[in-house]
Amino acid sequence: MAYLIYNTLNYPIISLVLALPLVGALVTLTVPDSQAKTASFHKIWGVVVSVATAIVALPLYTRFDSTTHLYQFVEKRGWIDALHLNYCVGVDGISLLLVMLTVFIMPVVLLCSFTYVGQRHKEFVFSVLLMETFMVGVFVSLNTILFFIFWEAMLIPMYLLIAVWGGERRDYAAIKFFLYTLLGSVFLIVAVVSIYIKTGTFFIPAIMDHPFALEYQVLIFLAFALAFAIKIPMFPLHTWLPAAHVEAPAPGSVILAAVMLKMGGYGFLRFCMPITPGAFHVFAPAFIVISVISIIAGGYLALGQTDLKKLIAYSSVGHMGFVTLGIFVGSAMGLKGAILQMINHGITAGALFVCVGLLYERTHSREIQDNSALGRSMPLFLIFFVVFSLSSFGFPGTNSFVGEFMILISAFQKNMVLGFCVIPGAILAAAYMLQLTQKMIWADDDGHGVDESRKGWDLNVREGLTLSFFAVFVFWIGLYPTPFLAVMEESVAHLIHQYHQGIALETQGAAHAVLISLKALLGSLI
Amino acid sequence: MHFLPEFVLIFMALLFFFLSLGKLPSNTLRRIALAGAIIATAATMAAFNETGVYFFNAYSIEPFSQVFKLVLCLGFAFVIAMSPGLLGVKERLNAEYYFFLFLSIFGLVLLASAAEFLTLILSFEIASFSVYVIIPFRRKGKGYRGQMEATLKYIMFGALATGVTLYGVSYVYGLTNTTYLHELAQIVPGMIVHDPLLVVGFTLIFCGIFFKLALFPMHFWAPDVYQGAANETATFVATMPKVGATLMLLRLITLLDHVPSVLTIIISILAVSSMTIGNLSALVQKDIKRLLAYSSIAHAGYLMVGFAAGNHQGMVASAYYITAYLFLNITCFYVIYHLAPLGNNIGFSEISGLHKRSPVLAATLAVGAVGLAGLPPTAGFMGKLLVFLAAIDKGMYPLVIFAVINAGISAYFYLKLIRAAYTDEAKNDSPIDMNLFSKCLGCVLIVIILGLGIFPRPVIALFDLAIENAIPLFL
Repeated sequence: MAYLIYNTLNYPIISLVLALPLVGALVTLTVPDSQAKTASFHKIWGVVVSVATAIVALPLYTRFDSTTHLYQFVEKRGWIDALHLNYCVGVDGISLLLVMLTVFIMPVVLLCSFTYVGQRHKEFVFSVLLMETFMVGVFVSLNTILFFIFWEAMLIPMYLLIAVWGGERRDYAAIKFFLYTLLGSVFLIVAVVSIYIKTGTFFIPAIMDHPFALEYQVLIFLAFALAFAIKIPMFPLHTWLPAAHVEAPAPGSVILAAVMLKMGGYGFLRFCMPITPGAFHVFAPAFIVISVISIIAGGYLALGQTDLKKLIAYSSVGHMGFVTLGIFVGSAMGLKGAILQMINHGITAGALFVCVGLLYERTHSREIQDNSALGRSMPLFLIFFVVFSLSSFGFPGTNSFVGEFMILISAFQKNMVLGFCVIPGAILAAAYMLQLTQKMIWADDDGHGVDESRKGWDLNVREGLTLSFFAVFVFWIGLYPTPFLAVMEESVAHLIHQYHQGIALETQGAAHAVLISLKALLGSLI
Repeated sequence: MHFLPEFVLIFMALLFFFLSLGKLPSNTLRRIALAGAIIATAATMAAFNETGVYFFNAYSIEPFSQVFKLVLCLGFAFVIAMSPGLLGVKERLNAEYYFFLFLSIFGLVLLASAAEFLTLILSFEIASFSVYVIIPFRRKGKGYRGQMEATLKYIMFGALATGVTLYGVSYVYGLTNTTYLHELAQIVPGMIVHDPLLVVGFTLIFCGIFFKLALFPMHFWAPDVYQGAANETATFVATMPKVGATLMLLRLITLLDHVPSVLTIIISILAVSSMTIGNLSALVQKDIKRLLAYSSIAHAGYLMVGFAAGNHQGMVASAYYITAYLFLNITCFYVIYHLAPLGNNIGFSEISGLHKRSPVLAATLAVGAVGLAGLPPTAGFMGKLLVFLAAIDKGMYPLVIFAVINAGISAYFYLKLIRAAYTDEAKNDSPIDMNLFSKCLGCVLIVIILGLGIFPRPVIALFDLAIENAIPLFL
């Protein structure tokens, strides 16, 4: 196999990262959840397991060979012979950062749930740890069936996270989330099976090298894109996101925003672009238009929100619009920007949801006006909050600036008009975020004295630790993004190579002319 | 050695016949029945590698029959093990109940080995008639009319279905002059291509089988029978006869060798209608058993996708699917049992807050529902995957697309079960009393469902072997 570099560490690192949270989750089942003592055992246990997972996963980054695009730390074992199905996992420059993001976010998720989650800690820790295994699994699978299994398996624990520990309308939000994502991925399995019948393999790198006829590519692309567009989410399929984000408990929102949304983007990069390059090329203009609409609409809708979580949720739609824009522009610069932007959004949106969560514990309201004029009572908290707000709209020196800037450059390189269309999105982001911080810090506070009821509201050590963890990354990526960009360099170059090779092949087929004219039509729109 | 499972089962049936003359406490009877079922399972394992042909080539023992005997006996052992006593059945009829149950499974085991049409139908009727008798055994209660109505419907439809099947057999016999499956396997594949009457014959035979599977349009009995029968009886009806019907279909479709396109179209249309009607009707059900009935109608549709594909892969997929279905249904009924201490029917309100009352039951229900919805990593997912693989291999994209959309729809009502168990507030907070055995059984069922889904290799290999030998032996 020319695609793989087998794991040279003397232990199966990726399997270990997958197994640790799973075993940790199973252990929680054996401890009853009746007294306060066992509840705190579960809390601590969750953090211990997730930190251990993060430490185990660290060599993935430190020992990563960024001079090759091949999949590394690969493990391969026979699984179902009748279908030529292997258990095959590995990481490359595209998935590595997302895996690291996942394993580093999870301890924070568990840490910020200590007081937010008031009941049923055992089940909570169980669900979160299960989620960790499944999410890492999605990013490391090198086999379409394995990918699909992890992709679908996530739905139930996430459903429970929203439906059990969520807000008032949790039932509605949880079911909406579940059905949206499930219906989005029903065609995914058809595409996966169909590809297997055509190529005789489920092995993703081998499928990438298989040239498909354009008409077939279009169908496969659409099946894949529906699932990913819902997950990421793109305008008009985004409506599950505000509901789920708002009703999910703060830790659940962090998981959703920081990791789950990224799976859509990852899917576009791993499946749509290399497997169906021709169709990707045909549909790119349409998706660029949708991305721009997502950016503008997300920003515009965020501007009008009075609910903190909703505001961040809509801002996510806008930020993910940048990601899809970067992906569909199809240049190395755009792709790198998109991947970095996914990581950035994971950090920033994750941090913002943690902030909202701990505010909610104090005020028991998500309305902006109930959370305003906090400047005197929570100065430390607001320092962090302002940092993350600045990061959210891409202030220079913070992480999002780097990603968004790269995507903007790629957009301008592609088309001047396109570049100018995106600018208002960036401005809108600044508008709603600054408006928000203004209200939260000052509002119409007269500046005299601290409200007695708000004494002692500022961050405690645990919360400060959680937020400073995010803040470190905000500035690290903002000021010195090179180590992050370096790991993806080769893989992105290879992806672009695959893409261009794929487009060059696209010639045969009767419906070809129709598609090309369709493409011209779509192209004329921008 | 060859007839060990059959001997054990008929011995058990006779034993219960004699026990019905005396008055043993129902708990003792249950232990005897469980021991019998386990011994029968052990016997099928002991007789697993046997081969042979008996009774003028009408009874063949080969890997196919032995694999399905194992599935049947194992499933039967679980059906008996999961009930904490025959709660829903009149107490003085307990011994008779087990007598008929063993007789029915005996009929199904005969069916697995039947190599000739009349034997096939006789075995099938032994199995069916025993079930007809036990449906009205339900304890008297508010729904007394319910079980009578269910019984009548089941008998009427069942008799009609048998009639239709026999009519079909008469066609096949008239055209081919034989009722032996191995002879048909040589004649039919060449003949069916240019003889539409043979297609008619086989379609009529299939109708009778579809009745047992509760496939649209032969599905009307299912909701009423599930609802009207006692929970234990419903479990049996929902699982065992369907395995029997599936193995019969496997034999017949394998002997067709190449399914004529007319039949493929008929099967595909029935499959799609069955899924759609089953799933849409299940969406609005309030009674859990009725919901499971409609879900089983839908699952019969998914099962048919494998048969519509008609290739070796599709047969293996269908065999795997019915096994997965068997355990998933046993799992769901296991939960129903424990929620209904008086053998009554239950609705969503009884499930709500289950996680507080019994975490084991809630987890079992969740795994069962996830499996029925076809989500990974359960047996339900692997079954659907295998079935779709076979169908797409034959280029049946529309069929598969209908199936996946249906799977999406069905997820909603399965999710409703999980939602009730995990998020709704309990109306009744009292913990559910379960002994250690029941708790372990729940865990075993979870392990089986996940195990079948994650490591399907041995099971697939087993069915591979079975399907290769689906044409009966001949001396």
